[in-house]
Amino acid sequence: MNQIINFLGENIQMIYIIILSVFVGVEVIGKVPAVLHTPLMSGANAIHGVVIVGAIIVMLNTPAENILSLALGFVAVVFGTLNVVGGFAVTDRMLEMFKKKK
Amino acid sequence: MEIKYILDIIYLVASVTFVLGLKMLSHPDSARKGNLYAAFGMTLAIVGTILLYNHSDGYTTREPIKIILILAAIGVGTVAGWLTASKVQMTKMPELVSLFNGMGGACAAIIGLMEYEHNLGKTGALATIIAGLIIGSVSFSGSVIAFLKLNETMKKPIRIPKYNILNTVVMITLVLFGAYIVYAQPEHLFLVVLLFVFALVYGVLFVIPIGGADMPVVISLLNSFTGLAAAFGGFLYQNQVMLTGGILVGSAGTILTLAMCKAMNRPLSNVIFGAFGGGTVVGSGAEVNGSIKDISISDTAILMNYAKKVVIVPGYGLAVAQAQHVIHELELLLEERGVEVVYAIHPVAGRMPGHMNVLLAESNVSYDKLVEMEDINPQFANTDVVLVVGANDVVNPAAKTDPSSPIFGMPILDVENATNIIVNKRSMNAGYAGIDNLLFYQPKTSMLFGDAKGVLAKLVSELKQM
Repeated sequence: MNQIINFLGENIQMIYIIILSVFVGVEVIGKVPAVLHTPLMSGANAIHGVVIVGAIIVMLNTPAENILSLALGFVAVVFGTLNVVGGFAVTDRMLEMFKKKK
Repeated sequence: MEIKYILDIIYLVASVTFVLGLKMLSHPDSARKGNLYAAFGMTLAIVGTILLYNHSDGYTTREPIKIILILAAIGVGTVAGWLTASKVQMTKMPELVSLFNGMGGACAAIIGLMEYEHNLGKTGALATIIAGLIIGSVSFSGSVIAFLKLNETMKKPIRIPKYNILNTVVMITLVLFGAYIVYAQPEHLFLVVLLFVFALVYGVLFVIPIGGADMPVVISLLNSFTGLAAAFGGFLYQNQVMLTGGILVGSAGTILTLAMCKAMNRPLSNVIFGAFGGGTVVGSGAEVNGSIKDISISDTAILMNYAKKVVIVPGYGLAVAQAQHVIHELELLLEERGVEVVYAIHPVAGRMPGHMNVLLAESNVSYDKLVEMEDINPQFANTDVVLVVGANDVVNPAAKTDPSSPIFGMPILDVENATNIIVNKRSMNAGYAGIDNLLFYQPKTSMLFGDAKGVLAKLVSELKQM
């Protein structure tokens, strides 16, 4: 019990961010027309590519001699970049088509 | 002025662009800009991290070799991601989204594997790491399976006996195993790697029995999983941008998943546990009355030429046949002759909600010609000809009349109210859901067999001669 309370107390700012972000996420998506579901999903998909920031941090915190860790980190950064770049590029391609209509 | 604050501000800006981007993505006019905003914020966050990040305990170093490796990795990922994204056909969009989603999951899982050792002794941090590791891995292997399924490399849903029990047991074991690792904190990585493998297996088990028609829902769900995994990473590093980005996608993805389920009128649990068309449910609930009637291309052309109003119902078959351009040609030709033409878009037409709109937009079909289900349904009564191209389940009256049908309750397009119904299909094979369609046997319905692209091209040339 003590541990849990301490954990919550020490991370209270993070927890605020989490709770507020949940509501923002729900609100923002609330009234989307079905037409935009696919691009929206694809856009959201690109945004969680922010996990790449974590991969970069891991790399920066790894001692340069630790080759195995560096290799793993390298793979993680590649994956993260694929998620980010591929995600945004695909979304843009989809939306580009919507634009032509006018 | 502390450098840390500059990075914090960059993260703040990036977080705002994510919220703004998502917000703008939900309106057709601002969507593209929203995507670019979010991409801009992401670039800021990445560059800022490389240049300015420092661990509070001073672990961070910037040897040239590390910076070079990071930049090289980003280079490789950018080129590969960009090329795939710009080369892929629009019909393959859903599986691509799935694949990119899996990459994010894998990234989160690797972070978990690497951070474990550094955080021994800190229970809270370890719990975060293990949670991120499990969710990331499940998302990765699940996405890969979803990719293979949509790709049709893996065709039939695979049935495992007592699947639901097996699945639940594996899931509970996975959670207990994770909890044990957090509690016991083994110094050796072996158990953590084992957990990683186990989570991968669970991801496979989770997706493998689900049929292709439900894949969009699954991808959307896995999408929010990856968001969650990213958020756990953010929690671990006290990194606000990862946290906001991850949680936003996690909650938005969940809402999106539920919206998709609603469009199909099936509860999420039904999608995950009771796969479509699974062995027992494929009932022929109603008896088949009447017979199939063929129609020739020239008769179809005559019928359409003299119609006042034609409604086209496009389905995935249209996309598979790459017939979205020729159907637009048909539409223009008919409009020239004074026929009113619109497209009836079922919310789940194509392979993802909105997928059909993207495909038709690709071939320059005007946006206001695409009419959504609620708006088009009352119009069928004064429609002369409905042309169903490669759609099946979305026009199956069994969804309304046959409680034993697996699609019972799904809202459908009421095409049967129109005067004439022409259905173009390659053969009499059942649709995704694997069930018979009584619409085809109705006296008002005529079948126009053949590949959509070929048939429509002939129809266009026939019309031109009239």
